[in-house]
Amino acid sequence: MNNIYDVIILGAGPAGLAAGLYAGRSCLKTLIIEKGQDGGQIAITDDIENYPGCNVEEESGPSLMARFTAQAAKFGAERVSDTIKEVQLEGKVKKLIGVNGEYEGKVVILATGAFPRPIGCKNEGKFVGKGISFCATCDANFFEDFEVYVVGGGDSAVEEAMYLTKFARKVTLIHRRNELRAAKSIQEKAFKNPKMHFIWDTVVDEVDGDELLNKMILKNVKTGELTTIEADPDDGLFGLFGFIGMVPNSTLFEGIIDMERGYIKTDENMHTNIEGVYAAGDIRVKSLRQVVTAAADGAIAAMQAEKYLSEME
Amino acid sequence: MLEVDKNTFGPEVLEAPGKILVDFYGDGCVPCAALMPHIHAMEPKYPTIKFCSLNTTKARRLAIGQKILGLPVIAIYENGVMIDSRVKEEATPEACEEMIKAHA
Repeated sequence: MNNIYDVIILGAGPAGLAAGLYAGRSCLKTLIIEKGQDGGQIAITDDIENYPGCNVEEESGPSLMARFTAQAAKFGAERVSDTIKEVQLEGKVKKLIGVNGEYEGKVVILATGAFPRPIGCKNEGKFVGKGISFCATCDANFFEDFEVYVVGGGDSAVEEAMYLTKFARKVTLIHRRNELRAAKSIQEKAFKNPKMHFIWDTVVDEVDGDELLNKMILKNVKTGELTTIEADPDDGLFGLFGFIGMVPNSTLFEGIIDMERGYIKTDENMHTNIEGVYAAGDIRVKSLRQVVTAAADGAIAAMQAEKYLSEME
Repeated sequence: MLEVDKNTFGPEVLEAPGKILVDFYGDGCVPCAALMPHIHAMEPKYPTIKFCSLNTTKARRLAIGQKILGLPVIAIYENGVMIDSRVKEEATPEACEEMIKAHA
């Protein structure tokens, strides 16, 4: 009848691509569905040094993910671009309904990852792409010789701020606490960088501008004091980058898959509450969200799928 | 798709007749690279729209002059003015095609 896949993988980040590689290599008819770019979150970072086996000096997110993509394809995983709007996950054949088509598979692996948490300030939506960004590699170039601000205090915020110092003349990290959460080695580099500045105990309350961002109001979380930052008159604009964590891409599964605060609950074999449905990567409840743990989840999910399918026959 | 630059943007986009689509992208912008093949594939379907692309890494001031500070942007121009656009997360292939259809 239809084209029924053995395994459909939703998402082509590291978890999905690793699952695709393992499923393909097990000779399962495999489809990976992705609405955006291969590689997920890591594809937009310039530098990655802690993926085991990567080339520490030269590796970027895109370079690493290009190899994940090629490898999954080499072992026969098919890939399609589509945005899934509805999932029907019960029963022996699952169905995913996208904008461009419908897809049926005996197993589904949910690897939809997460998207950047918004900064949460007033008027934020008006200035996305007009000064506010969550992708330094996409937009750093616009701010060459301008000033930029980065919200956050973890590894991503500090690393992306350091990347931005290659472009901006001044980078100011705004963090709501009085010390960074980032790894010590990264913190040390940041404190030594003469272009890096820090504003502590502070959040962004409001942003404003003409068509482009040129003003913001900061709030000290301890004192409540408000401070207005305006763009240098010769600049007329500044950049504001948000790196304050990620929000799981799980609204599609609400009411269908067991979740905890938006993350999918699984056992250590990636099983969700529905038979034949697995989850892998950042979408899961887990203690560490990194490329290496996402890849591990993908491999486990694919091999569990293989076992499930062979028992079905 | 016609690749324009800071010299040809004026004549090919701002001063051109009819409706012109511009795919603003940049070197190292991964979401831009992922979106572009979808926009390319739409071109033959909408012959009343002129499809162009601009590498903003090489035309930074021009992009800022067009009020672009973030990528990707898929924009429609008419009479020298940007009349519609889809920016960043909004710029899914589906949303872009909806926008193009409305102007075709």
